[in-house]
Amino acid sequence: MEKFLRVESVGMKFETKKGDFVALTGIDLTIRKGEFVSLIGHSGCGKSTLLNLVAGLLRPTEGAMLLAEREIAGPGPDRGVVFQNHSLLPWLTCFENIHLAVERVFGAGESKAQLNERVSRALDLVHLTPAAQKYPHEISGGMKQRVGIARALSMEPKMLLLDEPFGALDALTRAHLQDELVKIVAAAGSTVLMVTHDVDEAVLLSDRVVMMTNGPAATIGEVLEVGLPRPRNRLALANDARYMACRRSVLEFLYQKQLKEAA
Amino acid sequence: MSAIPLRKDALFPTPVLVHSSPAHPAAPVIEERARKAAAKAPATGTGYRRVRAPEWLVSALAMALGIAACVAVWEMVSKFNASIPNPAVVGKAAIAIFSDPFYRKGPNDQGIGWNVLMSLQRVGIGFGLAALVGIPLGFAVGRFRFLSDMAAPIIAILKPVSPLAWLPIGLLVFKAANPAAIYVIFVCSLWPMIVNTAVGVRQIPQDYLNVARVLNLSEWKVFTKILFPAVLPYMITGVRLSVGVAWLVIVAAEMLTGGVGIGFWVWDEWNNLKVEHIIIAIITIGVVGLALEYVMVMLAKRFSYN
Repeated sequence: MEKFLRVESVGMKFETKKGDFVALTGIDLTIRKGEFVSLIGHSGCGKSTLLNLVAGLLRPTEGAMLLAEREIAGPGPDRGVVFQNHSLLPWLTCFENIHLAVERVFGAGESKAQLNERVSRALDLVHLTPAAQKYPHEISGGMKQRVGIARALSMEPKMLLLDEPFGALDALTRAHLQDELVKIVAAAGSTVLMVTHDVDEAVLLSDRVVMMTNGPAATIGEVLEVGLPRPRNRLALANDARYMACRRSVLEFLYQKQLKEAA
Repeated sequence: MSAIPLRKDALFPTPVLVHSSPAHPAAPVIEERARKAAAKAPATGTGYRRVRAPEWLVSALAMALGIAACVAVWEMVSKFNASIPNPAVVGKAAIAIFSDPFYRKGPNDQGIGWNVLMSLQRVGIGFGLAALVGIPLGFAVGRFRFLSDMAAPIIAILKPVSPLAWLPIGLLVFKAANPAAIYVIFVCSLWPMIVNTAVGVRQIPQDYLNVARVLNLSEWKVFTKILFPAVLPYMITGVRLSVGVAWLVIVAAEMLTGGVGIGFWVWDEWNNLKVEHIIIAIITIGVVGLALEYVMVMLAKRFSYN
């Protein structure tokens, strides 16, 4: 299988007033094309830092990162990022928010009508065509997150990076959006790296779950091959032995091997 | 693929149980409740009910009362001090003045309308120049740490200086009263504009800048789509503070420079010992200041995105 994303002995050190803070050390991770990988770990373990490194928002202090055999030198539209708090610009409508991304990626080669068509298609993908002309404060949290996903997908990125995309949503909306995401990703054949702290979300959506040890100096503790056939049905899986085994091994990692001292 | 059931009533249909058949085990209790509720309902319709005046009426009354109290105090003061004209005299003078606000009898005797307009013009020019200089400067200071450190001591020292202290310099440089007054307005409007714009630039959430970086937007797009809209509310606050200060300062500046203007008019009427006109001027200055503030608040509302 093609190694699409390669993270090789990456370390990340932040300079703080109290001296250097080593957030990540010795991270080795490869992701195949079309694979869905989750990063899970306790809060503060540096999983978002790792995602930001892949996004290019941070530069690693050690090691190398390659996407499709090219060094990741900074942020770029080949990686679509969905932020935890959606990060839509409040002064632009949903349509305009997506248009900003589409225009950047395809503006040079395509006509206005083609660009608008792309935006409409992205909105349609997340079923938000009726909300196109609404401003972010006029729609619900779940809808905002869907616009965020649509914005990321509209750029046709090589890779989709999701930073706790459903963390701020209620359980019902979250389940619904997870199912939507799976369908969208399957249809687009996207390669996905998702940060989450939700065990069910990780197991249900991923091909592999990458479990991270507690920080500081966090690294990859274990990697779980989920191996459940797709499409997956959350109801059918609820009593599935393989699903429960996966779930248990992640829970064991988080709550036995990496139990945080009571804060 | 269906949308999320956002409508509450889709999940919780309105209860129609009250009218369900008595065969339902819970029905009798519910019917009992419904009957009680039905028996209560007309009582609330015909019995005692507290009638409360609408809120706007109460606050309008309170405002009227406040003004009336103020006028009463004024009346009392004028009774004990003969040099202060009473409200009736001032009212009569006001009618005379405002019935012909735009007369012109030579350079030193013009209607109150001209005086107010001249003052507003000075404020407008001085303030407009300050915006032209202050807002870009504020952006630069907010965006670059080095410039911010450069500007910090200058702004810190010059901001607390009374704008009128700049007047002699203005007179010296421009050798005329009118540009000197405009220059004073410029100086006093400049600081709030720089400081607020800079604060606005620094307050831009990192999330928005991350969006800009992830999308790899051009500098121009970053400015027009992210920086400018994000800073706009702060900028308008700066503009609002500046206009307020400018309107305070223009009166004092005109007292010193003379010419035509509401401040000069106050001083002129003091020399004529027409105290009722001074009181009219005070109220006029207040009303114009209030109007300026109102326009700015409306502007701020128009451009706030939350």
